[in-house]
Amino acid sequence: MRIKEKIIESIIYACGTVSALIVLFIVFFLFKEGSGVFNKKPIEEGYTLAVNKFNLVEKLDASQIKKIFEGEISNWNELGGTYDSIYTFTLSDVETKFTAEQLGENFEFLNQRIAEYIDNNTGVIAYLPRKYVDSTITTIDISNIEFKDIALGKEWYPTSTPSPQIGALPIIWGSILVSIGAIMLAFPLGIIIAIYLSEIAHPFEKNILKTIIELLSGIPSVVYGFFGLIVIVPLVKNTFQLDMGESMLAGSIILSLIALPTIISLSADSIASTPRELKDASLALGATHLQTIFGITIPYARSGILSATILGVGRAFGETMAVLMVTGNSAIFPESIFQPVRTITATIASELGEASTGGIHYETLFVLGAILFCFTFIINLLASFIANRF
Amino acid sequence: MSKKLLQNITFNIFRAISYSIVAIVVVVLGFIFFNGIQALNWEFISLMPENGMMEGGIFPAILGTLVLIIGTSIIAFPVGVLAGVFMNEYAGENIFKKFVNLMTNNLAGVPSIVFGLFGLAVFVNFFGFGISIISGCLTLAILILPVIIRTTDESLKLIEPSIRNASYALGASKFQTVFGVVLPMAFENIITGLILSIGRVAGETAPIIFTVVAYYLPEIVFSLKSPLMALPYHLYVMSTSGIDLVKSREIAFGTALVLMIIVLTLNLLAGGVKIYLSKRK
Repeated sequence: MRIKEKIIESIIYACGTVSALIVLFIVFFLFKEGSGVFNKKPIEEGYTLAVNKFNLVEKLDASQIKKIFEGEISNWNELGGTYDSIYTFTLSDVETKFTAEQLGENFEFLNQRIAEYIDNNTGVIAYLPRKYVDSTITTIDISNIEFKDIALGKEWYPTSTPSPQIGALPIIWGSILVSIGAIMLAFPLGIIIAIYLSEIAHPFEKNILKTIIELLSGIPSVVYGFFGLIVIVPLVKNTFQLDMGESMLAGSIILSLIALPTIISLSADSIASTPRELKDASLALGATHLQTIFGITIPYARSGILSATILGVGRAFGETMAVLMVTGNSAIFPESIFQPVRTITATIASELGEASTGGIHYETLFVLGAILFCFTFIINLLASFIANRF
Repeated sequence: MSKKLLQNITFNIFRAISYSIVAIVVVVLGFIFFNGIQALNWEFISLMPENGMMEGGIFPAILGTLVLIIGTSIIAFPVGVLAGVFMNEYAGENIFKKFVNLMTNNLAGVPSIVFGLFGLAVFVNFFGFGISIISGCLTLAILILPVIIRTTDESLKLIEPSIRNASYALGASKFQTVFGVVLPMAFENIITGLILSIGRVAGETAPIIFTVVAYYLPEIVFSLKSPLMALPYHLYVMSTSGIDLVKSREIAFGTALVLMIIVLTLNLLAGGVKIYLSKRK
């Protein structure tokens, strides 16, 4: 009997410890999966960039490679080399540049032809699988991916060739904007409802409203997304005469509904915790109920209200499905609230399925996950810090 | 008089705004109910999807969601409740308890998509479970763990210390006190929390996309290693992939209604259980 108790008690200790360690496991695995991207080069696995041996340019980064192959950079002197036009060469050029006889029946002369071509053209840059490029040919070095390329880069084309563009700034910015929009809608509403609930409503009214708010928080986010897609998106489109309703505004509206229950219930708790004596003193001095609410109760509960609002922001920031379905998902810097945005969560949800395990795209999405985790972690810490502080 | 008038006007505005939230809930639920009820019939919930999921029923998705609920409960309930017991009964007021508290609170604030990433990295890839029921249930179990720990902890806090002391005074050990006296008394609150956490499992989409769900499965396979279809993901698929917009909309409405019925039933059940158990005393 004693032994059985001891065993169960050790299981209890184990459960407590495991639960505490899960957050650390999450952090560890997010960083473990994501960190692989930082010693990789932004080019497809097994491919290389070959240039003429007289080329003076030593190093290129992801955005320079993209600009070269899209024709935005057309001369080597823009990259610090000699004045010479840039010619791009890829596998699809093999059949147009060389005849079948030149290549041989089984492409046995392919490497030789490519080597000759690169030797004869001073301005060429060839994007080819490494196996077709002999070791004697000069290849150009490509800068390793750094954290700032992801956090500050402005172009998100993770599947583009030859060089994936993994700048996530528009996505991070999109998440921030949508959450701010949501909180600007939800904050005034939430505070007013919280005041009404804890200071003005009759107990009966209060119970009904509380049940309704619990119901609101129980609706799954994919159902909100579906509702948003079918009701809010067309509404936004028709009201503001837009080409498409999927926009930052639609996202913020749906997110404000999702953040509301958090803001209301936590603020109401905080408002209700104002000591009775303070309110009575104010009323005894002749202040009206309204003056007492705004003069005594709200100032007393301000840290709780602020903390509730911050948690509401965190809730909106981490929301996935609803945002994915209504914001339109273009990775651009929106110029107005009527333009589509793409958030961190939506990017992970829609792209992780296609990204091959261990590739640059996959690892970058884990880095985004780690960034998302850090944001919400800071938001939660800040909220509990504020709640305990003032 | 003008002060009084101002107060009345303000309070009425506040009342109107507060009731608008009722209107929002009524609109959202009513919208799904009235559109979904047209798609809902016995065939819809009992048949397999047919013709590229544009016809037939959503039986595998319903079954999948139920399997996820059961599997997740089996994993999360014991661990969560015992961790909650640890927090309130066994951990002393020391740094370790503070650490566990901080960590589980932070776990509660982690966005659901991050659990999906974690599940993919750990259960699907690292342990090699693949996209399977076991990966999905483990991921969802971690997601609801903080909810269960917190409810258990808070339910146990409500039990007066005098009751524990009375048990000790009768010669009961700590173990006997916790499992014979305190836990049964806190049972109704704990069970309410457990049912509410199941509601969360039924509705979550982001954590299951990469760990367990399949877009379409032609037949039902009974294996822990197999993927399954689930209602929330099916709703997402049907509302965003528009091959035949009219037909897929109808199925999406039906799926949304079935999902809402499951989630709301669980919510009502939680409330009902609490009332029933507290009246029985």
